[in-house]
Amino acid sequence: MRDLVLAARLDISESLRARWFILYALIFGGLVVVLFMFGVTESRIMGFTGLSRLLIAYIQMCMAILPVFVLITTVRSVAGDREAGVFEYLLSLPVPLFAWFWGKSIGRFMVVFLPVFGAMILAALWGLVRGLDVPWEAVGFYGLLLVSLAWCFLGIGMLVSSLARSVDVAQGTAFMVWLVLLLFLDLILLGVMTRGQMPPETIIAISLINPMQVFRTAAMLLFDPELMLLGPAAYVILDAFGRIGYMVFSIVYPLLLGTACAAAGYGVFRRGDLP
Amino acid sequence: MIRLERLTKAFRQRRVLGEVSLDIARGDRIALVGSNGAGKTTLIRCLLGEYTYDGIVEVDGLSPRMHRQDVLAKIGFVPQLPPPLKMPVGELINFAASMCNSVPERMEAVSARLGLEVEGIRRQPFVKLSGGQKQKLLIGIALGRDCNILVMDEPAANLDPEARQVFFGLLGERQKDVTMLLSSHRLDEVAALVNRVIELDRGAVVLDDHVADTVDMRSILSCTVRLTRREEAFEKALGEWGFSTTAEGGGLEWGGQVAGPDRLRFLGVLSRYAGLLAGINLEDNSKKAEAAQ
Repeated sequence: MRDLVLAARLDISESLRARWFILYALIFGGLVVVLFMFGVTESRIMGFTGLSRLLIAYIQMCMAILPVFVLITTVRSVAGDREAGVFEYLLSLPVPLFAWFWGKSIGRFMVVFLPVFGAMILAALWGLVRGLDVPWEAVGFYGLLLVSLAWCFLGIGMLVSSLARSVDVAQGTAFMVWLVLLLFLDLILLGVMTRGQMPPETIIAISLINPMQVFRTAAMLLFDPELMLLGPAAYVILDAFGRIGYMVFSIVYPLLLGTACAAAGYGVFRRGDLP
Repeated sequence: MIRLERLTKAFRQRRVLGEVSLDIARGDRIALVGSNGAGKTTLIRCLLGEYTYDGIVEVDGLSPRMHRQDVLAKIGFVPQLPPPLKMPVGELINFAASMCNSVPERMEAVSARLGLEVEGIRRQPFVKLSGGQKQKLLIGIALGRDCNILVMDEPAANLDPEARQVFFGLLGERQKDVTMLLSSHRLDEVAALVNRVIELDRGAVVLDDHVADTVDMRSILSCTVRLTRREEAFEKALGEWGFSTTAEGGGLEWGGQVAGPDRLRFLGVLSRYAGLLAGINLEDNSKKAEAAQ
C-alpha cells in the first residue's frame, strides 16, 4: 500500500509539472468561467435556467473533451516512460510492478478528474454565493458520471499505453479508439437505423456498450426523464433498466470497463519486457 | 549468489544472449566487458528482472521476475545512461530512499563525498544536471542504501579524477561484503577494481578469468612526472588529474595523487604523450606508511 501511494504521488507531481496539465485545467476552469460570462445561467432552454442550465452545457462539453484528453495524456504514461528510458532505472528500484502500475493509474485519475470536478463544484459554490438554486442531486450524479467516464477512458488509455511500443503508435491508437466511439454515438446510430440496415436490437446493444453513449444518455436522463431526445431507443432502455436502473448502470458499467481495460494493461505490462 | 543457466534472450528474431551460464559467488568483483552490442546491458536487465528470458536467472535462489522486490532489495544499480527524469533531485532521492528502506540523508552523504552537495540542487530537475552530477547522484543513491550486489554500467565514465578517487574508496569500503558487477566496453576502465573478468561477444561468454587481486581500492599513489619540454595539451591533461607544477621543477616537473585503481587509466593518458616524458615516479602512500611503521 505504501509503495502504491508513493507511485501515485510520483505520478501526480510529475503531471502537475507537465504543460498538458496546465492546459487541461485551464480548459475546464475556463469553460465554467465562459459559461458564466455568457450568461448561460440566465438563458432558458427546455425550461431549464440557472445552474441546471449551466451544468447541462458543462456536462455536454465534458463528454466532447474529457475522453480524448484523458486518452491522449494517459497513453503517454507507460509508452512514454518506456520510450524515454525511465523504466530501466526507476524499475531497478525494489518497487512492486503492481504498485507502480496501479499507483500511476490512480495518480493519473486524480489529476484528470479533480480539475473537471473542481470546476463543477466551483460553479455550484459560485451559484450559491449569487443566490441561485443549486441542483445538488444533479451535481452529485454528474460528479459520479465524471468519475466513471474519467476512469473508463483512463483504463482504456493504460491498456493502449501498455500495448504500444512507442508514444506515436499509442497516441494514434488512442485517437482511433476515440473516433470509433464517437462514430457510434446515437446521432450516427440513428442514421444507420433510419436506413434500416441493422436490427434495432444491435443498434441498442452498441449504444449500451459504448461508454460515451452511456454517458450521453445518462446525462440526458436527468433533465429529460423520458429520454424524448433519444427517440425510439429510449423505450427499450427505459423498459429494460428503468430510470434509476439506467443511472446505476451508467456509473457502474464504465467503471467496470475501465477497470477491466486497466487490468488487461497491467497483465501486458507485467508479462513483457519493461524497458 | 548469482546463477545464470542457459540464459537466452532474443528480440523478435535477433538473439542477443545465447545460452549464457555463469556462477557468481559472494565477494566476486566482476568486470563485464565487451564491445557495443555484445549483450552486457541485456544481461544486466535480465538480472534486474526487467526483461523476459529463457533459461534460469537466480539471485540467492530467487528469480528476479517472480520475486522482484526481494531480489531488487539486494541490488544497487547505476545505469550507463542517466534516465531523463524531470522530477526534482530531492524528490528522486526521497522516492529512492523510501523504496530502498534507506534515508535520504545517507544517500546525500555519499553524494557529498563524491563532491555533489545536494542542498544546492534539491529543487533542480534531475534531467537538467550535468553528466557528472547525474552520475554522482546515481552512485550516491546506489551506495547510500543496504545492498549486497552492486551492478554498475560504466559507473566512473563521467567522473573527474578526484571523484573517481572517492568512488574507488567507497567501493573499497564495501568490497568484502558486496558482489560487484561492473560493466564497461573498456577493460582498462575497471581492470584494477576487479578480481574476475567476463568478456561477452555477440551474446556469448568468450572469456571468464580470475585475475590477481592485489590492488587496494583505497590506495593512493603519489606521482611525479618530469617533462622534456612544456606542452600546453599535456599540461591541461595533467591539470585535469589535479596535478600542479612542483616548486623545484622549473615548470617541467608536475606532482599529484592518483587513486590506486586508476593507475592504468592514468598511465594510459601519459602514454599519449610518451615523447614528452623525461621521468615518472609512482609511489604507494599506504605501502610507504607501512614501511615507516
